[in-house]
Amino acid sequence: AAGMQAAKSPFSTTEKPTPLSDVKSYNNFYEFGPGKADPAANADALTTAPWRVSVEGLAARPGEFDLEDFMKPYALEERIYRMRCVEGWSMVVPWVGFPLAEVLKKAEPLGAAKFVAFESLSRPEEMPGQRGLFQLLDWPYVEGLRLDEAMHPLTILAVGLYGEALPNQNGAPLRLVVPWKYGFKSIKSIVRIRLVEKQPPTSWNKQAAGEYGFYSNVNPNVDHPRWSQATERRIGEGGLFAKRRPTLMFNGYAEEVASLYSGMNLQKLF
Amino acid sequence: MPAERLKSFNAALRRLPGFSVYILGFCPALWLFCLGLEDRLGPEPVRALEHGLGLWALRFLLAALAVTPLRRLARIDLLRFRRALGLLAFYYAALHVAAYAAIDMGLSFDAVMADIAKRPYLTIGMAGFALLTPLALTSNDWSIRRMGAEAWRRLHRLAYVAALAGAAHFLLAVKSLPAEPAIYAAVTGLLLFYRLFGGRRIAPRAP
Repeated sequence: AAGMQAAKSPFSTTEKPTPLSDVKSYNNFYEFGPGKADPAANADALTTAPWRVSVEGLAARPGEFDLEDFMKPYALEERIYRMRCVEGWSMVVPWVGFPLAEVLKKAEPLGAAKFVAFESLSRPEEMPGQRGLFQLLDWPYVEGLRLDEAMHPLTILAVGLYGEALPNQNGAPLRLVVPWKYGFKSIKSIVRIRLVEKQPPTSWNKQAAGEYGFYSNVNPNVDHPRWSQATERRIGEGGLFAKRRPTLMFNGYAEEVASLYSGMNLQKLF
Repeated sequence: MPAERLKSFNAALRRLPGFSVYILGFCPALWLFCLGLEDRLGPEPVRALEHGLGLWALRFLLAALAVTPLRRLARIDLLRFRRALGLLAFYYAALHVAAYAAIDMGLSFDAVMADIAKRPYLTIGMAGFALLTPLALTSNDWSIRRMGAEAWRRLHRLAYVAALAGAAHFLLAVKSLPAEPAIYAAVTGLLLFYRLFGGRRIAPRAP
């Protein structure tokens, strides 16, 4: 893939990025299988060009675009973010993308719009996880954010990482990145962005409502019902004897995002 | 398998020295440790080591439980190796617990105990390991003589409970319901089903 020119961002962490080989080989992307190595093994089959994406729903200027046209108005930025998986591991990824807020502003949300619903590609012929008798989730994968979360400057749509176009296994060609939430909120291979009035359904919440909430903010004080969220293991760091590191509130982005949730009971609205 | 072939196969098995099972049986652990020390266990080496050891514990336990159905249904006689298979299951479960406590949790015993008490998948897993302990301690001729065959057999039925605990522990430790833990649970269920409803017992051989 061609190199991507991206401006540095003050939102980037100075922590050491996870090696590209790990970022590309250790993925959760159930459309390509449940194993961590499955996406890297199976995602080559995905056709990412041409790619259509629509912005629709409660917006004054909805539209459907080819990906190139969709991206063209926005300046690319490099955002080096921590990524914390709900399973208890984390990475640091240098994403390339642009703020979701710019996309939404351009669409001009109507007053009634309170949430943003996202939808991934459904294409069983290229996605083995969407075929067969037993499927782990309902397809297409869907996710959602409250409008103020979606408009937050940390929230981006990514089209690349490490200065290159997104590898298929990382959610090519267009994915969401919400760094203060568990990784599964950052929906991959997006085809639809919809402004809506009511809180939209989300895939893991539909699968196990008691385990995965709508908000799914990284929170060391609210455990997953089956395992602790107090610590995490940083991928590609120090081999067998590396220590776990403490998980930070809002994945270390509390200063930027805590105000979005003031007055909310985060134990209940996990 | 045709009768002649089966006969020579079982004869070949009889010629295998008993300790060969231990030598083969410890290869996966050795392999995992070597990979781990060379940092070749992938992006999450601690989990890979833990998971690998636990998986082999379950495999050996299920293999030990499969000995009798294999004898009855396929006439393959692995009875000589059953004790070794059972003990290997215990050793791997012990290594699995040790890797969790020492490497994953950094020997922080308070955290380990709190974790085990609080997380059903860990409580169940530890219960399975605890059940294997008396079985391992009595897996010797002296214990069988001392306890009497009937009491010994009764005690060792706990192996089924331990296998169920192991399979449940695996299922509860993962998101969603992927195929791998579901397959182990299904095999465990089949073995238990055969034990409960699989027909007549083979009369124990004369000592």
